[in-house]
Amino acid sequence: MKTTDIVIVGGGPAGLTAAISAASSGAEVTIFERSPQIGGQLIKQTHMFFGSEKQYASHRGFRIADYLLDELNKYKDKVKIYKNATVLGIYEDGVITVDLDGEYIKMLPKRIIVATGANEKIIPFPGNDLPGVYGAGAVQTLMNVYGVKPADKVLMVGAGNIGLIVSYQLMQAGVEVAAIITDLFITGYHVHASKIARMGVPILSGYTVKEIVGEEQVEKAIIAKIDKQWNIIEGTDIEYDVDAVCLSVGLSPLVELLGQANCELRFISELGGYVPIRNLDYRTTNENIFVAGDITGIEEASSAMVEGYIAGLTAAKDIACIHDDYENKISDYRNQLDGLRSGPHSGRLRQGIEKLMGGNK
Amino acid sequence: MFDYNGVPSKEMVSSVFPSEERINKGPVAVIECYKEIPCNPCATSCKVGAIKPFDDINDLPDINHEACTGCSVCVSACPGLAIMVIDGSKSDESIVFRIPYEFSPLPQENEIVDGLDRFGKKICEVIVLRVQNLPYQDKTPIIHVEVAREFLYDFRNIKVVK
Repeated sequence: MKTTDIVIVGGGPAGLTAAISAASSGAEVTIFERSPQIGGQLIKQTHMFFGSEKQYASHRGFRIADYLLDELNKYKDKVKIYKNATVLGIYEDGVITVDLDGEYIKMLPKRIIVATGANEKIIPFPGNDLPGVYGAGAVQTLMNVYGVKPADKVLMVGAGNIGLIVSYQLMQAGVEVAAIITDLFITGYHVHASKIARMGVPILSGYTVKEIVGEEQVEKAIIAKIDKQWNIIEGTDIEYDVDAVCLSVGLSPLVELLGQANCELRFISELGGYVPIRNLDYRTTNENIFVAGDITGIEEASSAMVEGYIAGLTAAKDIACIHDDYENKISDYRNQLDGLRSGPHSGRLRQGIEKLMGGNK
Repeated sequence: MFDYNGVPSKEMVSSVFPSEERINKGPVAVIECYKEIPCNPCATSCKVGAIKPFDDINDLPDINHEACTGCSVCVSACPGLAIMVIDGSKSDESIVFRIPYEFSPLPQENEIVDGLDRFGKKICEVIVLRVQNLPYQDKTPIIHVEVAREFLYDFRNIKVVK
């Protein structure tokens, strides 16, 4: 049986920073990443990030993946990275199984950090199974990873940060955005909304998708106003001739592996769905398993990176690989998270974390 | 309406503008960041200390327009593209705007392009004076355009007409 100190499931922002922390503490690390590329969602983020210098604010997301890989490369004798490697299961005896490029392998690590991220949600409406109805993240991957123009004209559903920024990137790719609609109001950063509005794209609040029409694929989107009970108000239809509809209606944490590994989960809608019970060290109720990133609750990549740094330090300490500057680093990272989460924009997130952690956050 | 359509009201816009007296002295930054979000590159990028360092990362930018030199470093550092620089010192008739613009094709110098307001509606035509696209800006070019003075509080974007 292959062994290693720490297995990290997922090579996105949280997984990479967890690996940096663990390797710099002296632990041997193996990263399994499902995709052919390392970096998770970072590699398709062509916009500049928010946050502070410590989270690479004002740098474009795809560059941050490179910075993290460069940093990780300093510990290359301690770190193994496998791409096209899907972790299939975590078993009671601590063995994990992996589909590595079609080969089935088993490994027994001392600790596991699960940083699998999240899935896009979808909403029901007539025609939502037509080709041309996409998740906004999928469209971003098509454009920014594979260089494929996803459509000529798009309706964006959802005005959170993903809906807003993907709309902007669609326009940069030469795709027309007919409108952005949202049920209540803009939930993303207003600076994003303003820069799209001044491109001439209307942001319509209080609307939902009534129906998507098309024979073989999306040909038309019909939206309508909704009342306070979310009922469609008759006579408020607006029709758009579009060949794609992008859904940006939220994300849910990818917790299936944790469920299988007997980590206790709790449903907290403010955090996106089922999330693991965890402590301040990002340890789950299975003492050998730690978590970081969107799997702990949906947030920005800046927070995911900081959580990864923490989980890497704490998991390594657990196997007596203690970073020289452990106490200072942990307290700095906790302060960074508190700062990122303390603003008026993070009210719902704070409520969710409060429900999860009680007073102990 | 700002929460519903993303367009700031005229009152919000004028509240973040420098005085006309300051605008007429030379280039100065206008920061249209109306909501507290965890983000501080405007303050950390400012070389002259005109944008006050943040106590809390969620602070709104606090700019001293008198201390601002209009150097424009913050324009391409702001992840929200919320900053522009305006200069009323060149003429009584017009204002030079420096705005971030991340679309291709870029306009050419001396080209006439559409001037848009905060709704993206065409309000005028403007002439491109300079296209500033240096390595440190990392693909956030700054376009210098000359805009009739009457559009000081309305002009916010350009559309390159091809």
